[in-house]
Amino acid sequence: MKINRRLFMGGAAAGAAATTLTAPVVHAAGHGKPKVVVIGGGAGGATAARYIAKDSKGEIEVTLVEPSRSYYTCFFSNLYMAGFRELGSIAHSYGKLASEYGINVVHDWAIGIDREARTVSLAGGATLNYDRLVLSPGIDFVDGAVEGWDVTHQNAMPHAYKAGSQSELLKAQVEAMPEGGTFAMVAPPNPFRCPPGPYERISMIANILSKKNPTAKIIIADPKEKFSKMALFQDGWSRHYDGMIDWIGGDFGGGNVSVNPHDMTVTIDGEETKVDVCNVIPAMKAGKICDMAGITEGNWAPVNPHTMQSRVDENIHVLGDASQQGDMPKSGFAANSQAKVAAMAVRSALTGSKLFPAKFTNTCWSLIDDNDGVKVGASYEATDEKIAKVDGFISAVGEDAELRQATYEESVGWYAGITSDMFG
Amino acid sequence: MNWFRNAAIGLTVAICASTPSFSNEIGNASDGEKIWSECKSCHALGEGAKNRVGPHLNGIFGRRAGSEEGFKYSNGLARMGKDGLIWEFDLLDRYIENPKAFASDTRMSYRGLKDEQKRADLLAFLRRYSDNPGDIPEAAPTAAGTDHDVDPAILAIQGDPEYGEYLSSECTSCHQMTGDNDGIPGIIGWPAEDFVIAMHAYKDKFRPHPVMQMMAGRLSNDEIAALAAYFEEVEP
Repeated sequence: MKINRRLFMGGAAAGAAATTLTAPVVHAAGHGKPKVVVIGGGAGGATAARYIAKDSKGEIEVTLVEPSRSYYTCFFSNLYMAGFRELGSIAHSYGKLASEYGINVVHDWAIGIDREARTVSLAGGATLNYDRLVLSPGIDFVDGAVEGWDVTHQNAMPHAYKAGSQSELLKAQVEAMPEGGTFAMVAPPNPFRCPPGPYERISMIANILSKKNPTAKIIIADPKEKFSKMALFQDGWSRHYDGMIDWIGGDFGGGNVSVNPHDMTVTIDGEETKVDVCNVIPAMKAGKICDMAGITEGNWAPVNPHTMQSRVDENIHVLGDASQQGDMPKSGFAANSQAKVAAMAVRSALTGSKLFPAKFTNTCWSLIDDNDGVKVGASYEATDEKIAKVDGFISAVGEDAELRQATYEESVGWYAGITSDMFG
Repeated sequence: MNWFRNAAIGLTVAICASTPSFSNEIGNASDGEKIWSECKSCHALGEGAKNRVGPHLNGIFGRRAGSEEGFKYSNGLARMGKDGLIWEFDLLDRYIENPKAFASDTRMSYRGLKDEQKRADLLAFLRRYSDNPGDIPEAAPTAAGTDHDVDPAILAIQGDPEYGEYLSSECTSCHQMTGDNDGIPGIIGWPAEDFVIAMHAYKDKFRPHPVMQMMAGRLSNDEIAALAAYFEEVEP
């Protein structure tokens, strides 16, 4: 028998609980239906909100706090830059979550969490009560991670690592590059959102340039000595964009980098280069609200792999990029997968529904060139220590064009699948 | 009476045997039978063939599109049938060449067969089961069988659809609950047995797709049965 500790601490619920331990346990201390607040409406938060609302069939009141009225997915934003997707096709509204699932969608910023009182305060002045809080705020950047850059320079040197206007800006800058100009990327250290993301982006920018500006150059300053799907990307770059891309890894000083957004220069291992476009992707940490809640250790929020509950506060579940869980990458797919485990755990805690063993999956597709798609993926299970990898696969170098096209088409299908799984 | 009927059948057989069959003119049916092995994971053919993931294909030549009783067609194919589309060689040929170009919402998740000769061979084989009912064998293990043998004890497991619904959240990261089929096949409304057969084909790495091998590989027999029971109930 599972007994929730809070059951015996909450005054009003305690008396009732003693006589109904075998019945479904509904405990919202003194205020009707149990309440769940979800902060962040991306792959983790939107999925969690939808599954909690859908599967509890109205037994749980769900509020989703997300500042954007139109959400642009980071996944497929690189494809937008190369013209393989329209911007509108990666934009999603929260209308169905409100109208079909009864979720209270609040477009506001969460600016404080009182873990004792179990309340969330919003920038607009409101305060929300919760029985369980789901935090899925994504990433923020580590201050001072790239010498010479902070977020006030995001117009001169965009990060484009939160999709939307930044993606549009970077695309426009690449398209306006002078003939034979130079594009630089400052790549992030591990761990970061979407491990193949920067390298898919390089592929997509090379794709634009090979069509519009074939003498242009691409430089990548990378603190890492290897990266996700490295062999696949390097093979693809030499097949499609031969001689255009210069990747400077950590063993060649790629991590010793500073930028000057005023002069548009990048200095790599002491050598200064004038560039036309510079995409700075700084080191990352959990979205700031995790720090404010006091649930981070270092840059991330550690979680219990069985339920995605914070190691610091069992009333809070942390999903996706912000969580420190073990072997899963910080991907939208992973956040969506973790959200379902968390949604089940939240329902079980608040309504007594059955708790099944946690299972996780991830697949990351990347596009290298027109119809040249690759993928990497794995399955995971929860151990007491971490989310641990069970099995995995990766595309192979030398696959035929038909398989690569099928992989790309599969990614298009996945996009339709996951976005309807998130937004209904 | 009996005598008379038998005589009539005998006469038909005699005519068939003495006339070059039409199927030989459109392609090589025995080559087509090899191509059919790709189709039979979803379609059944021959004596006793039933609708499976796809409709059975006995009598497909001359059949009105979207008309097979008891099969849930996509809206597009159903509408084509209402508009009067009758499957004949040219139309089947175009459909098989690129199903989605022909009917964009079709749930037939087949990439298409570009080789014209191969299409002709396949259609020659299929036509055997349309023009001449006498060609339908008493039992046709090669034609009507599935693409993977599964232990009857596994097929007999009764899945729990509620458990299946929980497990299905892993599937719906990619497979859409609308049954839409763009790049990733729709899987809703499948007969449970076909679902089980397909999943075990992945689990045993008989079917090649790496994601599905991984997903099926860690599902137990009971879990596969539960998913099959759940997805069978979901309406398109």
